[in-house]
Amino acid sequence: MNILIICLMCLGLFLFTTCTIGFLRFPDFYSRMHATGKGDTLGLVFCLLSLATYNLVHEFCWSGFIVSLKIMLIGVFWFLTGPTGTHAILRSAFDAGVMPWTKDGRSVIEWPPRRGR
Amino acid sequence: MEHFFIGVGIYLCVLIFICAYRALLGPTTFDRIISVGIIGTMTIVILVLMGFIYERPDMFVDLALVYAILNFTGTLIFAKYFAKKGANK
Repeated sequence: MNILIICLMCLGLFLFTTCTIGFLRFPDFYSRMHATGKGDTLGLVFCLLSLATYNLVHEFCWSGFIVSLKIMLIGVFWFLTGPTGTHAILRSAFDAGVMPWTKDGRSVIEWPPRRGR
Repeated sequence: MEHFFIGVGIYLCVLIFICAYRALLGPTTFDRIISVGIIGTMTIVILVLMGFIYERPDMFVDLALVYAILNFTGTLIFAKYFAKKGANK
């Protein structure tokens, strides 16, 4: 059972590491958001799944089950709200006029966007 | 198993300091906001890990739950505010 816990935790840490590297290395705001919005959510869910499994195995009683349920509740909550927050920041950045990066420097969208979308 | 948890916590702290680079000198304001969001996400994992290291997970899990809710609310409020204000580079 310890093998399963360590594997899930290492998977979560791998996702956190890739999200940090992408956050440092990508060229503009939108691609950085692409790296962090996904790796962050799934990394947290895997880490919390590993910790809930550890708690359920090592403290097999009613209160331990409740604590494991709470840990999974954090994961479910973040799985719903993390992408929502990502979309909210992305929308506000687009409305504030942050331009996407292109290779030759020319803009691919017209700014300001036409109303009536 | 406790040593493994302590090692994971130290690794997450290193990742948090790497992310703080973008929070300190990110090019736009929104980079700083998502940097704070990532740091908050890693802090949730560190809080639950601290509960297992100190052998009181029932208390620290409640703290982590409240921290997740506050992190999400803060992100939404920042997004709403800076959409009106605009990004000054």
